[in-house]
Amino acid sequence: MTLLANILIDGIAYGMVLFIISVGLSVTLGLMRFVNLAHGAFAMTGGYLASWLIRAQGWPFAFGAAGAIVLTGLLGVAIEALVLRRLYRMPELQQVLFTIGLSFLFVASANLVAGPEVQLIPLPSWLRDPIDLGIRTLPAQRLLVVLAGLLVMMISVLIMKYSRFGIWLRATVDNTQAASALGIPVEWVYALTFGAGAALAGLGGILGAELLPLEPYYPIKYLVLVLVVVAVGGMGSVAGSMLAALVLGTIDTASKYLASDWGSLFYFLVMALLLAWRPQGLLSPGRT
Amino acid sequence: MNLSVLQSGFFGPPGALVPDPVLEIRRLGKSFGGLQVTRDISLTLNAGERLGLIGPNGAGKTTLINLITGVLMPDSGTVYLNAVNVNGLSQPQRVKRGLARTFQITQLAPTITTLLHVEMAIHERNGSIGNLWRSVDAYPEVRVEAMSILEMLRIESLAQRPPITLAYGEQRLVEIALAIALRPRVLLLDEPMAGVPERERHIVLNALERLPPELAILMIEHDMDLIFNFAHRIIVLAEGALLADGSPKEIRNHPAVRIAYLGLASNPDEPMTTATLDRR
Amino acid sequence: MNAFMRIKAAPYLLIGLVGATIYFFFPAQLPLASRIATLAIFVMSLDLVVGYGGLATLGHSALFGTGAYTAGLLALHSTPNPLLGLLVGGASGATVAALSGLFVLRYQGLTFLMLTIAVGQIIQNIASKFRAWTGGDDGLSGFTTAKILGLATFDLQGRVAFLYCTGVLLICLWMMRRLMGSAFGLACIGIHQNRLRMAALGTEIQPKLLTLYGFSGWFAGIAGALSAQVNQIVGLDTLGFELSAEALVMLVLGGAGSLFGAIAGTALFTTIHHVASNVDPYHWLFVIGAMLVCGVLIPRERWGALMRARP
Repeated sequence: MTLLANILIDGIAYGMVLFIISVGLSVTLGLMRFVNLAHGAFAMTGGYLASWLIRAQGWPFAFGAAGAIVLTGLLGVAIEALVLRRLYRMPELQQVLFTIGLSFLFVASANLVAGPEVQLIPLPSWLRDPIDLGIRTLPAQRLLVVLAGLLVMMISVLIMKYSRFGIWLRATVDNTQAASALGIPVEWVYALTFGAGAALAGLGGILGAELLPLEPYYPIKYLVLVLVVVAVGGMGSVAGSMLAALVLGTIDTASKYLASDWGSLFYFLVMALLLAWRPQGLLSPGRT
Repeated sequence: MNLSVLQSGFFGPPGALVPDPVLEIRRLGKSFGGLQVTRDISLTLNAGERLGLIGPNGAGKTTLINLITGVLMPDSGTVYLNAVNVNGLSQPQRVKRGLARTFQITQLAPTITTLLHVEMAIHERNGSIGNLWRSVDAYPEVRVEAMSILEMLRIESLAQRPPITLAYGEQRLVEIALAIALRPRVLLLDEPMAGVPERERHIVLNALERLPPELAILMIEHDMDLIFNFAHRIIVLAEGALLADGSPKEIRNHPAVRIAYLGLASNPDEPMTTATLDRR
Repeated sequence: MNAFMRIKAAPYLLIGLVGATIYFFFPAQLPLASRIATLAIFVMSLDLVVGYGGLATLGHSALFGTGAYTAGLLALHSTPNPLLGLLVGGASGATVAALSGLFVLRYQGLTFLMLTIAVGQIIQNIASKFRAWTGGDDGLSGFTTAKILGLATFDLQGRVAFLYCTGVLLICLWMMRRLMGSAFGLACIGIHQNRLRMAALGTEIQPKLLTLYGFSGWFAGIAGALSAQVNQIVGLDTLGFELSAEALVMLVLGGAGSLFGAIAGTALFTTIHHVASNVDPYHWLFVIGAMLVCGVLIPRERWGALMRARP
């Protein structure tokens, strides 16, 4: 029973980290139709910045994390506005190639700046201590991850459905020219959406630093994991990403506990079966 | 005189000498969601017959072509090619049974030259498309046949050019060349004049005139002048159902057709030509 | 130059010339050149699927690694005859390609891409699990490669290996050119560029793609077997995602759809990787990354022709 509970807790936490990192990619891929294989680089950037602010600059954890997330978001906005927007009209393969090249540059830069070692983010005591929930105790960090994931999902859905920005975003995606003619500042919409996705990836990189160690090869190493969540969940569907991330994260954790010498085989087997069953993703896009 | 002999026909039961229609559709129906796009359509097409299919936009003409070719599966009804039920057959399988089509928006491989395109069609017909070893340049009979088709359509000068360098009318001719190369029994032409600029119309018209006479043709068109000159028989589709079926003259004067096309208050003396329709 | 290129044998002569130059004037680079030749066969096999067939895959290393392990196991347990090893390696690659193709080729676009990744990862994990056979993380070793055609054993300077690899490269190049220059090859290009048109010509699409995929697996397996024989060790990285991704980058750098681009791209990438890594193991990422980024941003018609094969 304890084993099952451990698997579930770790699996859900892992799934939440995957979700938070992937949701930005799902949105840009599904709604903006832009294939950004460098998405993991934002997760890495968030983690690296947080590590630097907290360790080298001595900031408290919460401020360091917040600062890193904001900076990563701004980096995302900058890259989108200066470079990526020229690529929207290009064929998919060009976008793939460019973003692979971009992630290579991120990897090499991370090594240049901080060396090849793993960057650690020291957790404050209030996150390391276990919290007693009554039924069992949980490390506070796990709880934070789960809460963060749920919060991100709720806020994303609320913004997309009910806010003015959400309406602008959906209009822009449906028909950019018409939206622009209606006075919607489409360029800002794209930039902010991309930046938000980058910031969320950064948040995921920080929260997931234990599970996905921060080292220069991060964007390439974890690219597959992120792509899997997006493809299985359905491009553009926030709820789909959540569902896919939780299912796959739990399965991967379970196989690590129970059948570790099979490695990630079950993860990919389940993924292949789910994709074969629903090639468009578990939840069809548009249903955020 | 034994009348029964006369009635049954000298060479056998009546109709024995009449070959099966190359294409027959019985009660074809299709809906998308709640919308009934094709309603209970039946028609037959015999060898050498030229059937025109007209109807206002949204009448379901292209859907009908897609149902016949196998791109879409019908909800009800059957398609027969040479009296064989082909409902379960895929697009390529129906092509192998003698069905060819052209597309309303030309569909060609952008960088394969015209000559190679036509040779590809011949290889498909021949069965040599599966050959893994012999270079495409090493089939002199195929090359000769392909060139003769291009010459028949007067496009031999386009042989080495890929579709991306061709004018729209020329691309349309390549499609017709491909259809001819397949040596089909039935050819479905989906708006051959669509998108063709005024100055290129005549080349498509000339090509249509050169189609083999024994070929059964079903042509969808909005161009009334073309249809009325080309077709032996015309059927009219409106809102997914067959409105009328008859000779060009009968259709031209058919009241229901005039209403569907020209609107309620129509002058019975007004001719149904492209010019008239354009004016409306 | 143009007249030279029009001679049918020109590409083979050119490769022969380059090879001879390296052999006589740069003998220290022979191991690197052998590696380039081996990888070039792999990247050409990828070109069949990506450049000609239009199917972007990130799981191609599964076929390479399968060929490598099969050849290694053959040499270890049965016979070290290299030519037999190549045939068996190729056959195993073709088999895995055909079996996985039955499943993955039903899908297109991103779904297809993800499924190829999944198949590759599943195979890699299986190889890791069955470490009694494959040696697991330590790799498969302890086998030797016998004399090629009974003629020459591998020497320490790598001369024989280089001639062997270059020979196999030329033969594979010739076979692939014939394959794609046939009516079948033309049909595959047609399927890539316009499936609707091909269906309207009566082409059965799935069988053609499966055949193409199978042949691609055959050549990828041969490349893997070659690698096993020359290095006399096979590691799990021969089945890894990194190899699949690098091969795709090599293909794209050189230009997809002509097979020659695959060779050029492999030579370029591998040389850069080799030279830059001597300075710092991460520096090659700067160079290749910059090349990819600039290559996309600066419009060049070569990039436009990437996904369109030249028949």
